[in-house]
Amino acid sequence: MSAQQSPAEPAVIEASGNIAVTPAPPDTPSVGDAGVSTPVVIQATGVGKKFVSYHRRATSLKELFVRRGRTHGDDFWALRDIDVEIGRGQTVGLAGANGSGKSTLLKVLAGILRPTQGDVSVTGRIASLLELGAGFNGELTGRDNVYLNASLLGLSRREIDRMFDSIVDFAELPHKIDDEVKHYSSGQYVRLGFAVAVHVDPDVLLVDEVLAVGDEAFQKKCLAKIDAFRAEGRTILFVTHSLDLIESMCDRILVLESGSMIFDGAPAVGTRLLRQRLGSLSSDGPVPHEFAVARPVSVTFSRDPGGPPQVQFNPGDRLTVSIALDVTEHAPERLYLHTYALGPHELPVWLMETPPGGVPCAAGTLTVDFTVPALPELLGAFAISVHVSDAATGAELTRRRFEDLFGINGSQAGGLLKIDYETGARP
Amino acid sequence: MSNLVDEWSAPATQRDGRRPGTRGRDGQESRMLARRSRAQTRVRWELLRNLIRKDLKVKYKGSTLGFAWSLANPLLLLAVYTLVFQVIMSAGVPRFGVYLMSGLLIWNAFSASVSSASGSVVFNANLVKKVRFPLPVLPLSAVGFALVHFVLQLIVLFVVVAALGYSFVGLQLFLLLPAFAIAMIFTVGLSMLVSGLNVRYRDTEHLLEVALLAWFWLNPIVYPVGLIHKLLREWTWIYFLNPMATVVATFQRAIYKGPSVNPATGQGILADPGYLFYLEHLAIAGVISLGLLWLGIHVFRRMQADFAEDL
Repeated sequence: MSAQQSPAEPAVIEASGNIAVTPAPPDTPSVGDAGVSTPVVIQATGVGKKFVSYHRRATSLKELFVRRGRTHGDDFWALRDIDVEIGRGQTVGLAGANGSGKSTLLKVLAGILRPTQGDVSVTGRIASLLELGAGFNGELTGRDNVYLNASLLGLSRREIDRMFDSIVDFAELPHKIDDEVKHYSSGQYVRLGFAVAVHVDPDVLLVDEVLAVGDEAFQKKCLAKIDAFRAEGRTILFVTHSLDLIESMCDRILVLESGSMIFDGAPAVGTRLLRQRLGSLSSDGPVPHEFAVARPVSVTFSRDPGGPPQVQFNPGDRLTVSIALDVTEHAPERLYLHTYALGPHELPVWLMETPPGGVPCAAGTLTVDFTVPALPELLGAFAISVHVSDAATGAELTRRRFEDLFGINGSQAGGLLKIDYETGARP
Repeated sequence: MSNLVDEWSAPATQRDGRRPGTRGRDGQESRMLARRSRAQTRVRWELLRNLIRKDLKVKYKGSTLGFAWSLANPLLLLAVYTLVFQVIMSAGVPRFGVYLMSGLLIWNAFSASVSSASGSVVFNANLVKKVRFPLPVLPLSAVGFALVHFVLQLIVLFVVVAALGYSFVGLQLFLLLPAFAIAMIFTVGLSMLVSGLNVRYRDTEHLLEVALLAWFWLNPIVYPVGLIHKLLREWTWIYFLNPMATVVATFQRAIYKGPSVNPATGQGILADPGYLFYLEHLAIAGVISLGLLWLGIHVFRRMQADFAEDL
């Protein structure tokens, strides 16, 4: 992702005498684009899902006839503008905090909920493990339920006959398959449900946090089965709170927050982001700059803001240190930066900071310029370290020490700083 | 599979086969995937059969006589009504039990279908919210379930009528075919309509129950249709705008056969002694039923996409 983006219309905001903030055009992509080269099996375009609050909806016949249009009072958008293409054979994790819309998205993709906006198309046979054993009838035997459930999922009797033994084996229920399901333990029930769902030869498997049930041995078996599906090139989309699981099993992660997709890309990066969003990294101090909501991406040195970069300066020269940040839409409204020029042995030589109120920022690239009107008599090479904080709370978001160096060719030989001094001698 | 069944496919958002023709390379494979995805959104006879079989299994599970109970029910009715109306009260209809049963069975099939279809989607909420499958199978299987009972009860009725020594064999039995077909169209249409509406407007189910009680008396099941002729005279056609009244009258003509007029009182029992009257009225009922079927399918398709949300 290119961070050094030269703004088309540099709107320079004078924040103080020597700080200029240059917001980038707002169309900078902030969501990673995982390239899809295989045929697309799941496609969602501009999908939004609005839930109408139940008590606002006409629920009686009288209301149906008396009031034609529905009122829009406590409408709630569970999903907004979701665009996603999932290619065949991908294993995709769907993550996010509770209430972020994961399950809603899964149900929309499964064709159970109709999207309020946008289009969804899924190609092939879908097995959705939204709830294991959904649709089992307690009065019927395991055998009857297997046939009925698989029939609901689109299998013909012949297909079910072919898979029946393997379903029973997988569920480890050969001795109970002709018992009524109401006499099953919850573990047995769930095992049979999972066994049916994975044996219906799905092209697309949608899994909603169902692996949390069952004993450990069965969970391992389920994961092994899902792994086997991956190997067979089936498409899997699963919702889970286990980020470790996503890291170990997925090719790709989608992170949802408040119904919007805030990340689509590599699992390692996405889980990192999510951990940060969920606050589980806060105890470890600021987030590594790669995952920050406002990420310092580069530093350049020049005489004037936006001028040609250079690395060698003389005392008395004007120096502008330009720090480019990649700002996501989740960044705070104002950022506070403090920046050290580091000398030998990481010694902070001087500090440059934004005003305490910070500088305004918007999603995209933000360039913060610190201008020193006249460099002092120094000699040596200097690096820049920047700390980015939320101006409102003072919480440090991230920090980064850049490797880039600039030099000051002071006339001083030896030492860092040339200062006036007198010399004398006493006995 | 008939075109009618294909009509009940899922709403457009659930359809597959996006951008046809852009994937020529895997054309064959994409057709295969489309077929597999269609199997999850279109009504299949096999699934319907499985659901009906499940309902039968659940209903008669654990009872020794099982299915015999649902046959005993009309037999008992036949005996009781014959006793009450012919021996004790004298309804003015000879062989009253047979007259009653020939109209009652098809009404019961209709009434049972519609009232169990009305709650079918709500009753299966857990399934609807968790599994993608062709939703019209829910009301349709309710109709199928009642249909199985109807056919068996009809066979029993024929056996009993024959055993009692009444003749029913004749050309008039062919009237059963169009009457039954129209009853099915009407029943399926109304079942789709009420099951779809009931998900959001839960009053439907209760309203229907009351309506069916009243509706029963708008059919010449218990009383002879001659009473209506006497009452409405040239306005009798309004009475027969109710397709079930036509269906019931035709069933009586076919099974009860006659006499069409009570020889003792001159009171009309059947709507008409001939055939043309029934064919004409069945044609009208057929048009009304097809209209209702269209409406039912249309409403169901409109509502079904929101079922999971409304439940």
